[in-house]
Amino acid sequence: MSQTITADRKWWSGGKSPFNVEYGKLMMWYFLMSDAFTFGAFLIAYGTIRFSSNSWPDPNAVFRTFPGVEGNMPIPLAFVSLMTFILIMSSVTMVLAVGAGHANDKRKVLIYMGWTILGGIAFLSCQAWEWTHLHGEGAWWGRNPFMNIDGSQSSTNFTNFFFTITGFHGFHVFSGVIINIIMFIMTWQGVFERRGHYNMIEKAGLYWHFVDLVWVFVFTCFYLF
Amino acid sequence: MENVHGSGEVTHAEHNFDVKLIWRTFRILLYITLFELVLAIGYYKMTFSDPHLVKHLLNGVFIILTLAKAFFIVAEFMHLRHEIRNLIMTIVVPALLFLWFIGAFLWDGGSYKNLRNTYDRQHLEASKEKAPVQEEEHGHEAKKPGSVE
Repeated sequence: MSQTITADRKWWSGGKSPFNVEYGKLMMWYFLMSDAFTFGAFLIAYGTIRFSSNSWPDPNAVFRTFPGVEGNMPIPLAFVSLMTFILIMSSVTMVLAVGAGHANDKRKVLIYMGWTILGGIAFLSCQAWEWTHLHGEGAWWGRNPFMNIDGSQSSTNFTNFFFTITGFHGFHVFSGVIINIIMFIMTWQGVFERRGHYNMIEKAGLYWHFVDLVWVFVFTCFYLF
Repeated sequence: MENVHGSGEVTHAEHNFDVKLIWRTFRILLYITLFELVLAIGYYKMTFSDPHLVKHLLNGVFIILTLAKAFFIVAEFMHLRHEIRNLIMTIVVPALLFLWFIGAFLWDGGSYKNLRNTYDRQHLEASKEKAPVQEEEHGHEAKKPGSVE
């Protein structure tokens, strides 16, 4: 712990960490910022294409099924709401794991990391179901069975963007689950306990929250607009 | 340096995690999402005299609510609100470039649409053509338009 801040707060004269965070965490922030730009580029491309189209499929008409329910749901977007809930919930358990890490409470870190991993897997399963279902309806990259909201013939832009962006997000969730599993195993084996701090959990947590953050935007752009 | 334990030691100070605050943030996120859903479903169920205007207003509301959710996730879950101001600025200021990107690109997209509709009448006519009607209330043997198999 050589990074200390003295009371006079001369941040930039050397000998202390001007941002008062450890190196890895700072770099995780900058990585996430660059990742945000990648997702931003995707979503902006989507928005530009959508703005340049005369019409677009209605998300309420496309996303209205639920596993185990025959036919269409009486209300649309029910399933994606469940997915959103799962992801936000797993974000909460992740914060709780980080908090438990600060208290050096190994048992609680394990419990909350376990819940977070389960939440991630549940989200991925939901997405797998949704993709399978849409594929069964004839939607995939390069083919779009849904007509535009005004009844005109739609292009494949809708499905291309949908599968690319939710796929890219899903891949991030998948990586997050893998990272969380590694963190779980490392915690379990007492690596962080011996190290004396649980900063790695915090960095994994930042990544996990970022995935949640991106979902908030994907949710708005694809399901609400 | 090892013995200088000032007011802000990196790993120990300012880290009293407030579990109540986390659950409060969770409830806020949940309520905002539910509110968004109520709006989206309400729009779907009701009919309006000027649906386009309502949809645009609704989209504005969605943007504001989404940004609110993003704020809560970044500020509380990612703990950025409790970091040092300089760090916050290095994250937030570049992210503000998005406002410019989004504005410029969407404007460009809209302009492209208008120009194309003005100068490419064929495209405009083609985009007005109704799609071949497919019965919507299908069972589960959904057809796969465009699929080869």
